[in-house]
Amino acid sequence: MRKLALSDEILLSIDKPSRYTGGEYNSYNKPWDSVTLHAAFCFPDVYEIATANLGMQIIYEQFNRRPDALCDRVYSPWLDLDKIMRERKIPLFAVESQQKVRDFDLLLITLQYEMCYTNVLGILDLSGIPLHASDRTEEDPIVIGGGTCTYNPEPMADFFDVFYMGESETQYDRVMDILIAAKNNGQRRITTLEQLAEVPGLYVPQFYEARYHEDGTLASFTPVNPHGKTRIRKEIVADMSADLPYPKHPIVPFTRGMMDRATLEVMRGCIRGCRFCQAGMIYRPVRNRSLEFLKKTAVEMLESSGYEEINLSSLSTSDYSEFAELLDFLLPYCEEHKINIGIPSLRIDAFSLDVMDKIQDIKKTSLTFAPEAGSQRLRDVINKGLTEEEILEGARQAFTGGWNKVKLYFMLGQPLETEEDVKAIPVLADKIARVYYETVPKEQRQGKVSIQSSTSFFVTKPFTPFQWAPMCREEEFTEKAMLVKETFREQLNRKSLVYHYHAENQTELEGLFARGDRRVGRAIEEAYRRGCIYDAWGEYLKYDVWLEVLNDLGLSFEFYNFRERPIDELFPWDFIDIGVTKEFLAREWQRAKEGKVTPNCREQCSGCGARCFGGGVCFEGQN
Amino acid sequence: MKVRIKFSKQGSLRFIGHLDVMRYFQKLNRRAALDLTYTKGFSPHQEMSFAAPLGLGLTSDGEYADIEFESLPGSSEELVKRMNEVSVPELQVIDAVLLPDQAKNAMSILAGADYELSFREGYEPEDPEGFFKALEDYLSRETIPVTKNTKTGTQDVDLKVQIREWRRLPGNRLFFKVDTGSRSNLKPEFIMECFYESLGREYDPLTFEVNRTEMYGEIDRKLVPLYAYGRRF
Repeated sequence: MRKLALSDEILLSIDKPSRYTGGEYNSYNKPWDSVTLHAAFCFPDVYEIATANLGMQIIYEQFNRRPDALCDRVYSPWLDLDKIMRERKIPLFAVESQQKVRDFDLLLITLQYEMCYTNVLGILDLSGIPLHASDRTEEDPIVIGGGTCTYNPEPMADFFDVFYMGESETQYDRVMDILIAAKNNGQRRITTLEQLAEVPGLYVPQFYEARYHEDGTLASFTPVNPHGKTRIRKEIVADMSADLPYPKHPIVPFTRGMMDRATLEVMRGCIRGCRFCQAGMIYRPVRNRSLEFLKKTAVEMLESSGYEEINLSSLSTSDYSEFAELLDFLLPYCEEHKINIGIPSLRIDAFSLDVMDKIQDIKKTSLTFAPEAGSQRLRDVINKGLTEEEILEGARQAFTGGWNKVKLYFMLGQPLETEEDVKAIPVLADKIARVYYETVPKEQRQGKVSIQSSTSFFVTKPFTPFQWAPMCREEEFTEKAMLVKETFREQLNRKSLVYHYHAENQTELEGLFARGDRRVGRAIEEAYRRGCIYDAWGEYLKYDVWLEVLNDLGLSFEFYNFRERPIDELFPWDFIDIGVTKEFLAREWQRAKEGKVTPNCREQCSGCGARCFGGGVCFEGQN
Repeated sequence: MKVRIKFSKQGSLRFIGHLDVMRYFQKLNRRAALDLTYTKGFSPHQEMSFAAPLGLGLTSDGEYADIEFESLPGSSEELVKRMNEVSVPELQVIDAVLLPDQAKNAMSILAGADYELSFREGYEPEDPEGFFKALEDYLSRETIPVTKNTKTGTQDVDLKVQIREWRRLPGNRLFFKVDTGSRSNLKPEFIMECFYESLGREYDPLTFEVNRTEMYGEIDRKLVPLYAYGRRF
């Protein structure tokens, strides 16, 4: 029987103890002594959120399929256990082997959202690993960061030995080889870091120095160790049809997680080029997985896991080139095996509605549109590539097809937004309601139409055309939300319209971390020391503490969030090469100001730079 | 066709709650590609019911679930093998029997259960002989009236009636055969709690590791193991 790291006394006193006991179906559970290299993968949030992450599952598979390595899993202990572990000085452990994190050779931490940063420090602290990479000894694991937020790693630079920029499939085998050789030779840590620094896509922050102008902007960012590359180009898989690691036998958590389903990644990247969207830029170019792979993998995942649902995942699944063929296969298979299909990111058109009609069967739940902006002018500014006619036509078809609930997602506080744009949100919702009453004859109506609109606040992200743009202040956000609310009251069909907004002050912090530099790291550390953790969980965010810390350290939202940055400013993340050039982003920022739409990748190439990777949509139809 | 399976839940699976065990079986049954009966309607689910939830922290070698099949996968042995191939080592199917058409489900006929208690590490009595002597004295009384806290208030019960059998096992362990089910229900930890109280000592709920070993229905005042209601196929 496996020996558990926590006593029964503790496990029986905390919420959901199975978060910490491992042993899930399809977990590898490799014997500790059977391998040379011990890696622990950490998603710095609570188990149920963390287990949903596909990137983690891919890396878990990639490491464990090697006979000389194992990959275990680490999660943030929930606040109840966190408290006990601190009080009793119990070191953090990985769930499968139940071994202390500090006994691993490698600790991989994924940064999926900025608000998890204090949790990362919590992980290191509870593990007994010094927070600063520069304080770590030969006894500490090498700490590698990856994931979406590493595209601006600078706020977290002090806490990581290495960042891996890009997709794991290309270089982790080499990383494992280096670490295994290092372990066998008893090599010094610094030598290992120097070797890792030369691997494409890997960035060792302590080999670089940032200098700042008097006004606080970045003056220079240069390597101070000859092994550090001047520019770090992200790693991507150019050919998705290669034999890549994939969780074909996904771990099945005992406790219900956020994702109680199999995840089938149909493609990477997005052709659309919405100007607010970071994912749409950093994952360029679009690369399809092959239809054969998807068919085979879907069946294998479902049979090996017993999941009752499969999720077709990508940034815009309707844009998958062989979407119709994939559904022709999946629909009958899933019907026969009583499996639900989830397609979270569909564009609403006739084809999608037909698909939804088939997968939702009799239960016509609500339809979701994401116009992101209320007015056509602002949708052009953000390059949403969606016209009002398309939205209303989509709604008309949906109503004809029997739906009477529509959800609309908008963002407030986008760059160049005017009062008219804000007021256009309720107007658009009302127009959709009118379409319902025009389209559906009275005798066929089943109750009122329900149009739910919700707004989130826009956060400016690096590597987007809006990276120069100022963010709104908290009070501006609130004013805009109030204006939307008032305008809703003036609409003809107001009784069919519902409006929600989230007044989250975490928006400002998110902005600070997203475009911050190395100095922001000091604030993260200080806030953590003053008790901040689980900031992503609204109710635990100690916003006052954060404001105090920023004030004490002399860091301001003025500098990081509210100013429009000059077009020639050197950004903390400029040393990272995502393929898409800064010139292209600047061009897009200019076009945004002119309200000009840029066609999507399949309509016309706009020369963003991502062609340098030699694959994907940039080469479609050129065989 | 209704099949009753008996299964174990050991080791770290003692921290998996009852709802999660039900979810686990739904997926296990799919992995084993069993031909099960699904309910009709918008969201079809497997027709399956469990004899009795096992408390968090307890282990068992005698759990039961009744599952409705469309067609049987060969023999009992084959079904057990197929399910175990797609289960974790700490949850294993031990037996499978086919129930008569009119059989009631395990939950509704449940009347008794066997438990084995062993002292958790660090909780052993200093004087085991003295401990068991005192327990013997306590459980040998004519009646053992105690008051039980229930959801709605308190209830006076006689432990003597609810304990059908008990004995000391080698290694300072204890065996109890007690009433279980909707008519009369007794948890062995409650017996120990009452015993400690009778000695004027506080009972720490972590004192014993509890393993359920069998569950029973009742026919003519005799306990019949739940698997004996069907036959191997």
